[in-house]
Amino acid sequence: MRPTDLVRGIDAVVIGASAGGIEVLSMLLPAIPAGCRVSFFIVMHIPRERPSLLPEVFSARCVLPVKEAEDKEPVQPGTVYFAPPDYHMLIDRGPALALSGDEPVHFSRPSIDVLFDSAADIYGERLMGLILTGANQDGAAGLAAVGRAGGRTVVQEPGSAAVAYLPEAALREGPVDAVLATDELPGLFAAWPKG
Amino acid sequence: MTSSVFDIELPLLLEAVYRKYHYDFRGYAAASLKRRLTQAMERFGCRTLSQLQDRLLHEPALFPALLDFLTVQVSEMFRDPPYFRALRNKVVPLLRTYPSLKVWVAGCSTGEEVYSLAILLQEEGLLERSLIYATDINASALERAQAGIYDAARIGGFTDNHRKSGARSSLSDYYTAAYGKAVFDKSLKTNIVFADHSLSTDSAFSEVQLVSCRNVLIYFDRVLQDRVLGLFRDSLCRKGFLGLGAKESLRFSAHSYAFSDFVASDKIFQKEAS
Repeated sequence: MRPTDLVRGIDAVVIGASAGGIEVLSMLLPAIPAGCRVSFFIVMHIPRERPSLLPEVFSARCVLPVKEAEDKEPVQPGTVYFAPPDYHMLIDRGPALALSGDEPVHFSRPSIDVLFDSAADIYGERLMGLILTGANQDGAAGLAAVGRAGGRTVVQEPGSAAVAYLPEAALREGPVDAVLATDELPGLFAAWPKG
Repeated sequence: MTSSVFDIELPLLLEAVYRKYHYDFRGYAAASLKRRLTQAMERFGCRTLSQLQDRLLHEPALFPALLDFLTVQVSEMFRDPPYFRALRNKVVPLLRTYPSLKVWVAGCSTGEEVYSLAILLQEEGLLERSLIYATDINASALERAQAGIYDAARIGGFTDNHRKSGARSSLSDYYTAAYGKAVFDKSLKTNIVFADHSLSTDSAFSEVQLVSCRNVLIYFDRVLQDRVLGLFRDSLCRKGFLGLGAKESLRFSAHSYAFSDFVASDKIFQKEAS
């Protein structure tokens, strides 16, 4: 699928990454054009008990507002949300954001699987799941759930990812709609319709 | 498609639980509930929520296990040390001005936070004239809370948190280690009342100066959150304090007007005077 086909009819994107994720997100998020109405939800595995600097780091480089998710916050279009450290981020009815302190999944809290599962329930075929570089299998099952719910599934090409483990695990779960090399990913983010 | 059938089954199961066992989960946030119930289905070998409902209605022995899936939160002692530091440095000086103190730990689960507060009050010389209400809906969690016995493997983390909270003593002053367990001192419990209380269905029961309810409200939907915050408002004395979890806020609540920020960064609020 070409980028313009991949993004058609998508209202929300869930993104999961761990090791090496900040570098690739630094290429992708700034590529999102102004006026984009899609909501982005990102789980990055980060050490707990440290205030996350991710929203500040990316705010300066993105045209869309970037913020840390708050519990019960109604989802806004054209906004980038990061999961806070040490909490799972889920999408609930509304759609609204929900946080939980439930057990870590694959040693991870926030967990990519938890975000992807809950978003697949709420958005169904209007959701895109994107798995990036990572050294843990958390996210592989979640991406499959996005696919089962009719959503679009994209994986960073393992050979071009900083750490291939997570993209490879995601591809082992089953077929995906697109496998994109790192240098093709910004094109996907630039393809979102404006408004 | 499965997800929409699940959405039909979910309120039916919660209604069944409410009618049969009088536990009300109907106001819990759906996304987390779904995740926990999916795990419960796996554990009990049920393919659908309807099957789980059938078993719950006809096998009462199953219910306590389900209750654990739905309610138990494993916390830590002095979780989020800056919260306890803010209580110690900013709230305790005002609590000192009361001749006697009442504190409510709402949704105390297995008790880690209750003992943390008891130790903090002890260090500040206030425990003697304090009464701590520790409430939860899960009887087996309350029993564990009352026992005050934790795996020795967790004590390292607890000690670290305690130290970062501005400790005036050593955590080891308050427990005895034996057979891989740490047993917390009975003297701490003299001023603690453990009680069954449901934030969904029960009312306020006493006037208190501090409510600590952390990482409980995130499991409730907005309607139930408003009910519970109303309970806290009604329970707190004028200018009383409310402590919430690091990522909880009053911003989306109908009761936000009843509280003002006291230590905003650590989610400590003060009830307005009026």
